[in-house]
Amino acid sequence: MFYRESGDFKTTYAKDTQTFPIKLDRMGYYVILAVALILVPIMLMKDVGGGANYWTNAIFLPFLIWAVASIGLNILVGYCGQLSLGSGGFMAVGAYASYKLMTWDVPFIGELNFVVVVILSGVITAGVGILFGLPSLRIKGFYLAVATLAAQFFLVWLFNKVPWFYNYSASGQISVPTRSVLGFQVTGATAAPEAKYLLCLVILIVVALVARNLTRGRIGRSWMAIRDMDIAAEIIGVAPLKTKLSAFGVSSFFIGVAGALFFAVYLGAAEVGEAFGIQKSFLLLFMVIIGGLGSIFGSIVGAAFMVLMPVLLKNIMVGHLNWATDIAAHFEFVIVGALIILFLILEPHGLAQLWRLLKDKLRLWPFPH
Amino acid sequence: MNATAESYVTEDGRTIGAPVMEVKNITLKFGGVTAISNISFDIREGEIRAIIGPNGAGKSSMLNVINGFYHPQEGEIWFHGEKRKPMKPYQIAQQGIARTFQNIALFKGMSTLDNIMTGRFTHMKTNMLKQAIWKGPAEREESLNRDIVEHVIDFLEIQAIRKTPVGRLPYGLQKRVELGRALAAQPKLLLLDEPMAGMNVEEKEDMSRFILDVNDEFGTTIALIEHDMGVVMDISDRVVVLDYGKKIGDGTPDEVRNNQDVIDAYLGVAHD
Repeated sequence: MFYRESGDFKTTYAKDTQTFPIKLDRMGYYVILAVALILVPIMLMKDVGGGANYWTNAIFLPFLIWAVASIGLNILVGYCGQLSLGSGGFMAVGAYASYKLMTWDVPFIGELNFVVVVILSGVITAGVGILFGLPSLRIKGFYLAVATLAAQFFLVWLFNKVPWFYNYSASGQISVPTRSVLGFQVTGATAAPEAKYLLCLVILIVVALVARNLTRGRIGRSWMAIRDMDIAAEIIGVAPLKTKLSAFGVSSFFIGVAGALFFAVYLGAAEVGEAFGIQKSFLLLFMVIIGGLGSIFGSIVGAAFMVLMPVLLKNIMVGHLNWATDIAAHFEFVIVGALIILFLILEPHGLAQLWRLLKDKLRLWPFPH
Repeated sequence: MNATAESYVTEDGRTIGAPVMEVKNITLKFGGVTAISNISFDIREGEIRAIIGPNGAGKSSMLNVINGFYHPQEGEIWFHGEKRKPMKPYQIAQQGIARTFQNIALFKGMSTLDNIMTGRFTHMKTNMLKQAIWKGPAEREESLNRDIVEHVIDFLEIQAIRKTPVGRLPYGLQKRVELGRALAAQPKLLLLDEPMAGMNVEEKEDMSRFILDVNDEFGTTIALIEHDMGVVMDISDRVVVLDYGKKIGDGTPDEVRNNQDVIDAYLGVAHD
């Protein structure tokens, strides 16, 4: 009834292509932004309910950071159709790049700003991603997935094997020095939860906007053209290798940024095999598939689902049913696994498709005929 | 009609110019199979040129050669008076050659509008940074090209399906969208591979009208492959006939219709 397009006339092509064409959608978006940017940080700062640290570390940070990575992988898999299992490795590149940059005493400048570090880590990861994307011209589908799997194992091995990457520390771990953005400490154990939260949130918003802009224009269409039919894409002037590599580059950039944040802001200290192993690649792929291939919104929802579901299950099983922790942990695997399978069977296009269907219904409500 | 003249005016008042594309002595082999042997013909500016022949005559292979999918073992292709170097298909698209496919090759996951917008790819230039920022150059370029695409949509009368995913459209409309995508590129030469295959009479009439209108309004040079003889003889200015990879006829529809080799190829000839 209120959720409709009629009466909201678009008079320019720019207005016709805006992200939220329906007024109620736009208002909802602004409300969510206001809550996320103003209300939540204030609640974290005042420590309403006393769980600011728990909420930040168990829910907000992993959700925000995984959402960034998930948008990155969705560009490659969902928009450009190139299956990748190397995301864990690429996140490790971002993490180790940020570590090396933070511990590097740059001549004349000294210490690099943390935001610069994060962006540079993304750039370095983009370079590595493009390198491992080179075989994509010749191999497709499952075979490409296997080739990127090689990237995953090679990169983890590399960061384990070469002590230079972890500055020859005895434990083989990397641990983050304290860094601040605009005077607020964002890394290290003493950083305030709201500062970490806001930093990751702002980066997620920027990444989502950039991803949306790239996918709605010329470049996004060339990615989707390659995904849907590469021969037809070629005859309208899309260069396959360049396009695929640009998708690998942009995707790896976002994944690298996520990797840097995951290590520096969320973990604090990391060991490559544990933090960025193959299971992280699969987790990210599940997020993208469950959220919805080829949808920015889907990437964010997928990340929320995969981060929140285990937390919720654990709270129910341990907190309310008083089960032993180890049994609960095993059940968690079983339930999450079953949910993934169920999802793939019932709605192969993911949560984003469910949302689209709901919106289509809402448009006609309450007179569907 | 005089085949050697630089340009002439047809009966219905269209001006046919000098050759835009000349195919010279093309031979294409797949291993031991010779798909095309020593074929030459030209396509003149502003004309509708039909390529016909029985199944397996090498028509689609010929288009694929022009398109850069196949690289012939022998022969030359001249485009706009210059000999063409071996090129990738996307480079040839950038030169202004667009085509449609025998089996529809649309981007199934995208809307009609996005499909046709993809046709503008070679005309859009903003770099990735500007695209990422969107406001400013990228948005302006998008709107400018959208305007051209909207003209194509108006022209093909597909306004109503603008935002529909192409996978949901009926066959005839999909063919039309594919033509739209090729038209959006504003090509100098438009190749149509069986634009009317699998259509009913009404859809064929629509498609014929669109092809004639494209040629008439935009002056686009068109080369098409088609099996429906009625359509071919009606709409094309000149016809080239292939059989078993060889050229057996070339000329106006009337000349071709009365060519004994062509009649033999289509109707068969008694072996005695």
